[in-house]
Amino acid sequence: MNSYLLAGLLVLFGATDACAKSPGSRIWATGGVTTIEGAAGGGLVPWALLSGYASDEEWSGTVNLSQTRVDDYSLSVEAASLNWRNRIEVSAARQTLDLDTLGFVLKDQFGLAQDELRQDVFGLKIRLFGDVLYHPWGQWSAGVQYKRQQDFTVPEAIEARDDSGVDLLFSASKVFFASVLDRNLLVNGTVRGTRANQGGLLGFGGDRKNHYQWMAEASAGLFINREWLVGAEYRQKPDNLSFAGENDWWDVFVAWVPDRRLSLTAAWVNLGDIASLTDQQGVYLALQGNF
Amino acid sequence: MLAHATHLRLFWALVLTVLTTGCQLSPAQPDQSLYQQLGQRAGIANIVEDLLYLIVDDERINQAFKGTDVKQFHRNLTDQLCELSGGPCTYTGRDMRKLHADMAITDTQFNALTENLILAMEQNQVPTGAQNRLLKALIPLYPDIRHL
Repeated sequence: MNSYLLAGLLVLFGATDACAKSPGSRIWATGGVTTIEGAAGGGLVPWALLSGYASDEEWSGTVNLSQTRVDDYSLSVEAASLNWRNRIEVSAARQTLDLDTLGFVLKDQFGLAQDELRQDVFGLKIRLFGDVLYHPWGQWSAGVQYKRQQDFTVPEAIEARDDSGVDLLFSASKVFFASVLDRNLLVNGTVRGTRANQGGLLGFGGDRKNHYQWMAEASAGLFINREWLVGAEYRQKPDNLSFAGENDWWDVFVAWVPDRRLSLTAAWVNLGDIASLTDQQGVYLALQGNF
Repeated sequence: MLAHATHLRLFWALVLTVLTTGCQLSPAQPDQSLYQQLGQRAGIANIVEDLLYLIVDDERINQAFKGTDVKQFHRNLTDQLCELSGGPCTYTGRDMRKLHADMAITDTQFNALTENLILAMEQNQVPTGAQNRLLKALIPLYPDIRHL
C-alpha cells in the first residue's frame, strides 16, 4: 500500500508537471507546508491556510514526504492534497510509525510481533471566510480528519477503545506585515476536538478517558524574507490511557520555500513520553512538491 | 543569595524592556524613512515602471489593464505609493473604490498584482523590511480594489 500510494503520487506529480501547470497565484509560502496528518500547516499543527497556491480561480495540489526520528521511534508520512479555488482542501496521509525499541519490548515481554503501527488519515478543510494576508481578521477555517488505525493489536492491548476516529478542527491564521524587525509574522491558532491517542497511532479513547476533548494548538513563524520562515509550534494532547502518560508536542522549525513548486522543512521536535518510553526528541525533515 | 535574586530579577526586567521596546521601535519609526528606503519619488517611479512591464507580461492580469493610459497610470500610482510611504506627494487619481467598481477584480488578480509589486521592489533592491512596510500600507486598499 505504501509503495502504491507513493507511486501514485509520483505519477500524478509527474503528469501534472509535464503539463507545466502553474502551481497557483497565492503569494510565496502562504500554502504553509504539510502536517504529519496531511493538512496544510506547520509540521505538527494544522493552519487555517489551505494547501498549495490555488487562488479563487485556480486549483492546486501538493505531495509531501516526511521523516521524524526521535530517540526510540521513527515516523514516515506520505501525504497529498488538492485545493479547489482556495475554498476546499482534501488531503490524504499514510503514517508509518516504526516501533524500533518498543518492538523488542513487545516481543520479549508480551510475545507480540509488531514492529510498526500504520494509520491512514483523510482530511477535509474548508475556508470559512477571510484571507490570511489581506483580511483584518485573518483567515478562518473548519476541518475534519477521519483517521483509521491499521494495526490495532498493540493499541487494543493497552486499552484503547477504537481503531478509528474523527478529529474536528477550527483554525485561524493571520500574517502581520512589517511586525517584529519589520518582518512578516504568521500566527495560527487551532482547537481540535479529539479522542486520539498519540494522534491516533495508539487508537482512540481509553480506559482513563473515552470522550471528546478540546485541545489547543498554536504556532508562529517569522518570514526572514520570502524564502525563509522560522518558527515554533505547540500541540496540546489528551491523556486517555492509564498504561502510559501522553505529553503535549512542540517543535521549532525552519522552512525554505525557494519557489512555489518546492519546499524543504527541518524541525527539532519534542514528542514527550510515548507508550512508556520517555522524553522522545529528535529531528523532522520534509520535502514537498506543489503543482 | 537575596542580592543574587535581585540581580537576576533586574537582569530579566532589562531583557524584557529591551525586547518590548525593540518590538515597538521598528513600527513606530516615522514613515519618512520608508519613503527614503524606496529611493524617494524617483526610486518609486522606477519600481512602478518595472511593475508595469511585469503586468504587461502577466496573462493573469494584462487583460484587465487593456486600454489604460499608461503614462497617467504610472504618474498616479507613483504619487500614491509616494504619499503612502510618507513622501511629499498627493495622489490626484480617482477614488480607489469607484475606480475599481466595475472591474470585478478577483483574488487571483489581486495576488498577481501583489506578486508583481514584490518582484518590482526586488528588482530595485528594496530591503525586505521596507517591502513589508509598503505592503502593510497597501493592504487597507484590498476591500476597495476587490469591491468588498
